[in-house]
Amino acid sequence: MDQPAAPKPPSAPSPPAEPAGAPPAPTAAPAPAPATAAAAPSTPVAADAAPTPRPAPARPPAARPEAKAGAARPEPKAPPPPPGPPDPPPPADVAAPSFITALQAAFPGVGTVTYWVGDWTVIVPADRLIEVGRWLRDTSETAFDYCADLTAVDWPMRAPERFDLVYCLYSVPHRFRLRLKVRLADQAEAPSVTGLWPAANWFEREVFDMFGIRFTGHPDLRRILMPEEWQGHPQRKDYPLEGPGELLLEDPQEWLKLRNAAREADFD
Amino acid sequence: MQIERSATQFDTDELVINMGPQHPSTHGVLRLVLRLDGERVVDADVVIGYLHRGIEKLSENRDWTQIVLLTDRMDYVAAATNNLGYCETVEKLLQLEVPRRARYIRTILSELQRLASHLVWLGTHAMDIGAVTVFLYCLRERELILDLFEEYCGARLTYNSMRVGGLPIDLPPGWDRKVREICDIVDAKVVEYEQLLTQNRIWLERTREVGVISGVEAVAMGFCGPPLRASGVARDVRKDEPYAAYAEFAFDIPIGARGDTYDRYLVRLEEIRQSTRIVRQALDGLPEGPVLGKVPRLIKPPAGETYHAIEAPKGELGFFIVSDGKSISPYRFRVRPPSFCNLQVLPRLVRGHLVADVVALIGTIDIVLGEVDR
Repeated sequence: MDQPAAPKPPSAPSPPAEPAGAPPAPTAAPAPAPATAAAAPSTPVAADAAPTPRPAPARPPAARPEAKAGAARPEPKAPPPPPGPPDPPPPADVAAPSFITALQAAFPGVGTVTYWVGDWTVIVPADRLIEVGRWLRDTSETAFDYCADLTAVDWPMRAPERFDLVYCLYSVPHRFRLRLKVRLADQAEAPSVTGLWPAANWFEREVFDMFGIRFTGHPDLRRILMPEEWQGHPQRKDYPLEGPGELLLEDPQEWLKLRNAAREADFD
Repeated sequence: MQIERSATQFDTDELVINMGPQHPSTHGVLRLVLRLDGERVVDADVVIGYLHRGIEKLSENRDWTQIVLLTDRMDYVAAATNNLGYCETVEKLLQLEVPRRARYIRTILSELQRLASHLVWLGTHAMDIGAVTVFLYCLRERELILDLFEEYCGARLTYNSMRVGGLPIDLPPGWDRKVREICDIVDAKVVEYEQLLTQNRIWLERTREVGVISGVEAVAMGFCGPPLRASGVARDVRKDEPYAAYAEFAFDIPIGARGDTYDRYLVRLEEIRQSTRIVRQALDGLPEGPVLGKVPRLIKPPAGETYHAIEAPKGELGFFIVSDGKSISPYRFRVRPPSFCNLQVLPRLVRGHLVADVVALIGTIDIVLGEVDR
């Protein structure tokens, strides 16, 4: 009963809609005609994807450079992203807490200490990370035994070291909080801290999934949130935010017409 | 073709079974791949991501006020605490003073939220194990709390109930009286739940000595919230790093002795009582004044980054936000979801237990997949 009823409503409103829906179809016909004509009857999925190739004859010269600019995307609309975080040094009137002074005494000249709104951060070179982390965890006066969070920040404009890896550590006995930060080049691998804090296992998998940073020594480095066969790493700054393309943003009416035309093609 | 098999010899291979993502006791779209030796679980692989909506990426493309709305959609059983965690992080970046009245009301809202969340947890956990009555009772009381939220902000699930710098509106007249009444009701009903479960023989056999984890191991594995406290670690962000108005109230942190499923149950029940205690104190001392601080018209924190954590009903909910000081949206928006960290421990908990205990153990860590996957 539903089967005959379903095609009726689209066909009834279609006459008024046809003048709107018709123009894109003929215009699109010359260029991508073989592709759409072949795809539409076979698979509805392909017909759905048909509006994404934009109406070619309308403005092919304008569309092409735009699409390229969108793909490269250093500066879509906002001011250019800063090359890196400010990482300000601690002001003179703020006394360093005991774990910072102890760390500096144990590893003279290793880390750069920064301070912002009450948070202490130490920037550590990647090759010293495990050593510093082990010391922070095992020394009784620091005892950072809890890895609260591990994430990354992408700074695509920063010259060799594109990524910041951020380790938020917490000391349950002393109630200290400290962030470790490691700067990492694009293809470089970071040492895995799962041996120090098993809690980092899934965090590192997520960083790998979202940023494509690999961790040496991780027991099971797979994607965690995105599907296994996914291409690309979504949290990178050069990864686009949404799917339907720029047409939706530039000309929503045109996008809507194309989408409706594709839906009607589905019913036929 | 030769088949050599004696009549007494059976196949003893390990069996791999798939639990979820559509399964009533996985509380959403969680998938477990269980390796079984007979009825025993040898190993489990947790597969998540079915509810991934890219909230972190989306937030990096929305302005600072719009993100409050997105945080509702993470832990949708406890949206108010998500709002609070985000707003406080931005206030920390802005170094913004929040009026005292707003901090009190925020405390009341997050404790009511903890009640509602723990009631959902208790109901579903008990139903997974077979006590259907408790589920109906718990949702009945949760309904009263949702009514309070509806009266305050108009929504029952995704509240959008806080703003950077304070609250969108003051309390409606007569609201505090209703809150007191409902605190009394909840306190009375907790006694009823205890009568149904605490000494119940089936409940004891299904929860005692199931999923035992020591305090040291729980800390190393990243357990947080009530499960961590049930293992004997007195770690609560409300006490250790007080936020909102928690420093001004007296309340206890219940901790467990054995770290099993039964202890996690007892800890959460006690937390319900402590929450009503905090709510009553906050209502008694509720100061007068504005509920929104001096917020700049365009919220644009100076360049810098911070990590701020609060105690959500599920555990430590942290936000790591980087502002570049130029654009109107965060440069990096990272959520540290407590359910995600607690779920990571699940394979360790289920190893060696029976298949039926897997259901109890998923329930005991109290996950919301909207938050795990974001």
